[in-house]
Amino acid sequence: MKRLAYVLGLPVVLFAAWFVISAGSENFYAPPLSRILESFGRTWTLDRLQADVLPSLWRLIAGYVLASVIGVALGVAIGLSRGLRATVEPVLEFFRAIPPPVLVPVIMLFAGIGDGMKIIVIVFGCVWPVLLNTVEGVRAVDSVQLDTARAYGIGGPARIRQVVLPAASPQIAAGLRQALSIAIILMVISEMFAASNGLGFTIVQFQRSFAIPEMWSGIILLGLLGFALSLLFRLAEGWVLRWYHGLRSVTKGR
Amino acid sequence: MRGLAGLAGLLLIVEALPRFGLVNDGYLPPTSRIAAALGDEVVTAEFWQAVGDTLTGWAIGLAIAVAAGVVVGIVIGAVPVLRAATASTVEFLRPIPSVALIPLAVLLYGTDLGSTLLLVVYAAFWQVLVQVLYGVADVDPIAEETARSFRFGPWARIRNVLWPTALPYVFTGVRLAASVALVLAVTAELVIGAPGLGKMIAVAQTSGAVPDMYALIAVTGLLGVAINLAARVFERRSLAWHQSVRGEVPA
Repeated sequence: MKRLAYVLGLPVVLFAAWFVISAGSENFYAPPLSRILESFGRTWTLDRLQADVLPSLWRLIAGYVLASVIGVALGVAIGLSRGLRATVEPVLEFFRAIPPPVLVPVIMLFAGIGDGMKIIVIVFGCVWPVLLNTVEGVRAVDSVQLDTARAYGIGGPARIRQVVLPAASPQIAAGLRQALSIAIILMVISEMFAASNGLGFTIVQFQRSFAIPEMWSGIILLGLLGFALSLLFRLAEGWVLRWYHGLRSVTKGR
Repeated sequence: MRGLAGLAGLLLIVEALPRFGLVNDGYLPPTSRIAAALGDEVVTAEFWQAVGDTLTGWAIGLAIAVAAGVVVGIVIGAVPVLRAATASTVEFLRPIPSVALIPLAVLLYGTDLGSTLLLVVYAAFWQVLVQVLYGVADVDPIAEETARSFRFGPWARIRNVLWPTALPYVFTGVRLAASVALVLAVTAELVIGAPGLGKMIAVAQTSGAVPDMYALIAVTGLLGVAINLAARVFERRSLAWHQSVRGEVPA
């Protein structure tokens, strides 16, 4: 009961404050919350969700999954080879340091402005945190474990699957979490640049036509989406890495 | 040494791909032409003006975010009731993508520095805040109770117990926030059209100056690398007394 009050207390207070303070608002840019909520229901109908939110989500998921697979695969290869790692590390650091949204104009040259462009943009932006974290994780695999596996004649794919990947997985998860927020940003940015549908496109459209309550409702929807995706990620991570979190809490409690 | 070879390899590949016709050189110009474009850019006043604008937005935004993040983090972290009451709100607001605020920034500030600052501060603030909260939670209870038994006041406890414990976390937060701030500064310029490198990239794109576009993108990457390196050096200097840094110095 007390916990529930703590979880819900401040959000309810803030929400109520926004509602009350904005109630009589004459400010064109900050309409009353009641109007925003009303337009939320009006704007994000099932048709709208299907026409604009689903394509965005599809591109987000496609790009994110591709980036994760490529990042982990390359990361394992680079992490296992000391020579390769020393050679490519500065190049990777450089690519990671490029702010991902500036890739949009470049990728537009190659891939036009279709779905392909948006997915490539997301892949190109998300792959670096996954890749670099995988390299770090693979590098930190306990050498005793690796030697033990070798002594038992476990080699090749089995060694990667049974020893390397599990040991690196907490670090890989950290990379995947960073990549998720980058993916959402790039989804929105790529749609703001050039698109005929999608969340980012719709919100900018509202802003340009000065449909202010609708624009606010779009911002709120985007916020809810970001929150929901990070929650899903946390649940998935907690389940996949439950052995790791269990181990940590045991060693910490000692 | 090998790293240099890797970089040289990248430059060679970019040179070779369009030269041998594997990639359309209207899409990816060879390294030499990008370098020439970069050479033309760096002697113009506009280029340095743009770099200056980008770094100004970055620095001011980062400074506001760090100051606010540290103060709010310590206040929330040091008072258990506040910490419990704000946890859900922080968890909700943090994952909201800062680019969702772009339309709002445009309406409020147009293409001024204010737009950039709004996005930079929002994105960087959470990085700092969360790290500070971790840091405050990490305070050794024995040290805290010792300080209490010696009748340290609240201010002295923050200054002598809490702050040294939280400092490594603060630096981690600042390092993360510094790179996020650069990303958002350039993004704001690119999408909104606030003055800076991002706007120059957008202009180069619309006017079809492809080599210049690549040159400017490379500059943003180099800026990012420089900021990462500087943050790391700063961190090591300031935390020279701390176990995590001392342990790394070869005996």
